Amino acid sequence: MPTETQQIHELANQEYKYGFYTDVEADTVPPGLNEDIIRVISEKKGEPEFMLEWRLRAFRHWLTLEEPHWANVTYPPIDYQSIIYYSAPSKKQTVKSLEEIDPEILDTYRKLGIPLEEQELLAGVAVDAVFDSVSVATTFKEKLAELGIIFCSFSEAVRNHPDLVKKYLGSVVPYTDNFFACLNSAVFTDGSFCYIPKGVRCPMELSTYFRINAAKTGQFERTLIVADEGAYVSYLEGCTAPMRDENQLHAAVVELVALDNAEIKYSTIQNWYPGDDEGRGGIYNFVTKRGKCAGVNSKISWTQVETGSAITWKYPSCILMGDNSVGEFYSVALTKKRQQADTGTKMIHIGKNTRSTIVSKGISAGFGQNTYRGLVKILGGADNARNYTQCDSMLLGDKCGAHTFPYIEIKNSTAQMEHEASTSKIGEDQIFYCQQRGLSAEDAISMIVNGFCKEVFKELPMEFAVEAQKLLSISLEGSVG
Amino acid sequence: MLEIRNLHVSANNKPILRGITLTLKKGEVHSIMGPNGSGKSTLAQVLAGRESYEVTAGEIMYDGKNLLDMAPEDRAREGVFMAFQYPVEIRGVSNMYFLRAALNSIRKYRGEDDVDAMDFLSLVRNKMKLLQMDDALINRAVNEGFSGGEKKRNEIFQLAVLEPRLAILDETDSGLDIDALKIVAEGVNALRSPDRTFLVITHYQRLLNHIVPDFVHVLAEGRIVLSGDKSLAFELEEKGYSWLEKEPVG
Repeated sequence: MPTETQQIHELANQEYKYGFYTDVEADTVPPGLNEDIIRVISEKKGEPEFMLEWRLRAFRHWLTLEEPHWANVTYPPIDYQSIIYYSAPSKKQTVKSLEEIDPEILDTYRKLGIPLEEQELLAGVAVDAVFDSVSVATTFKEKLAELGIIFCSFSEAVRNHPDLVKKYLGSVVPYTDNFFACLNSAVFTDGSFCYIPKGVRCPMELSTYFRINAAKTGQFERTLIVADEGAYVSYLEGCTAPMRDENQLHAAVVELVALDNAEIKYSTIQNWYPGDDEGRGGIYNFVTKRGKCAGVNSKISWTQVETGSAITWKYPSCILMGDNSVGEFYSVALTKKRQQADTGTKMIHIGKNTRSTIVSKGISAGFGQNTYRGLVKILGGADNARNYTQCDSMLLGDKCGAHTFPYIEIKNSTAQMEHEASTSKIGEDQIFYCQQRGLSAEDAISMIVNGFCKEVFKELPMEFAVEAQKLLSISLEGSVG
Repeated sequence: MLEIRNLHVSANNKPILRGITLTLKKGEVHSIMGPNGSGKSTLAQVLAGRESYEVTAGEIMYDGKNLLDMAPEDRAREGVFMAFQYPVEIRGVSNMYFLRAALNSIRKYRGEDDVDAMDFLSLVRNKMKLLQMDDALINRAVNEGFSGGEKKRNEIFQLAVLEPRLAILDETDSGLDIDALKIVAEGVNALRSPDRTFLVITHYQRLLNHIVPDFVHVLAEGRIVLSGDKSLAFELEEKGYSWLEKEPVG
């Protein structure tokens, strides 16, 4: 009979269940990056001049930057000149119905368990699906349009709503922000755009499924969500990726803007290919996500469940500018095999009476390394700001690691801060206790881990929460899902 | 229903049980008493399938099956239940959810369907009454923030819901005040049945005032040194354990 420790190791080493890829003819540009490539991308996308100029400015700035290495992760050097920066499914690019979509793509979604037509019908979720770099399907758009909600691919937004894009693009994450955000600004190919007009409460969860395909194609999405005064939107992002040998760089940027009394809830499930047992071939996920509570009483809430990628470098943050604005960050990050995650948040308190909550749950298994890195910054004018931070780490097995780097900067003496942290190990005691009640070791681990993550899962929309629990158990079956 | 023959057990190469032979028949209540370090809890853990102990000799037959060949969860599904001396906390998992998952895995093993939600609720309510459990306790996370007494009561409550055929109580009385002890004992007594066998492990005689055993065995230095009926327990209460260690093995 294997010991619990062995069982944990077996669980932690389960194969990636979504490791398949779709063979679709791709319309690609040659590898490498220079101004010509950027011009080609912009041209292929039929962009207005301002967009091309912005890309070029970003590119020129990027040339002056160096890749950052302060994160607690290690990986071989990335050759930015060997990456293909544009790839689009070459068949029909504009589709009005699902029938027009490449059957193979639809099949891929089916394997992922997210049939578009079913979701369209059953879940009431409008899906803006990103397949490689071009959006191939957008649903429910008309229904949303009745309310004045714009929900479309970023490319469409650039063409059809240039004023909104011009006004808000880079207003939260300027292209000068950091190396990866700057690269994204130069070469981003598509993504999602969402605008909720004044006083409108978006009646459904908006959702995008991202998927990286075509070998050697870096994926650079850009998402921009603007909630105008008094608006509300809940946005879901979820993704898995097919198995490939070479590392795939993923450097997305997400910008959220909440005006007076507006609220944005952004939920993510991330399950990209984590690499093989030695960590080869997994996705490098270097994402910049930031929300600006620009208006009074506004609220931005990030919830993320991160189980995939070889390397995760991601700090969904909130800039709390408006008085009484609220920022939240709820995170579950699971690392197994050779996965490395350096993730957390930044809460920048600028307005008066601003409040922020951080709940981070890190789970490490196998040889996984999990780092929480967070910054809570209270500026001088942020009277009566409050923060509550809770960082919990759980270790499965004895070869993994958990690290916590909480930074706090306070420039206003009326601030109230609370910080709680814990580290626990799934003990043989806990597993044995469950087994003695009739549960298998695998079910026990899944139950214990899900219990550990409960405070985060309850922040997810119902459907998503169920999916997250499943994902965690699957990731821990031979690793949990 | 349970036959332990010449059981030798070591932990970290140190012998703890040195030849236990014991037969429990269906419906009987046996008590194991003994001083600290005599191996009482080790016996309970080995019966439940704890892997940190090594069985170096002997065998355990449970209803004609070799218990030592079975995984801990299969023992549980076959009806072996141990009330833990130190019940474990499981954060974020409600007692209710935990018990239902346990019950369903046992039912699945028997080829039965999952328990109906309403049936489960009434079963739980019923057993809560038996143990005079607070409503709030059942919806809280498993043992999290429970007092020592609440934890022990929760163990017997689980026993009541899962209805095992062999119930092992590992020092259930430790950490209980007299009122809680009475409630727990009453609960156990209500669960006594011709189909259920109990192995009650305790250091003190006082539990046996409330749960009256059919047989009492005294364990010392890894061996059963004395067996008798309930009167043996009173004798031990008077004399303590030290005199036994000089007695010849009985």
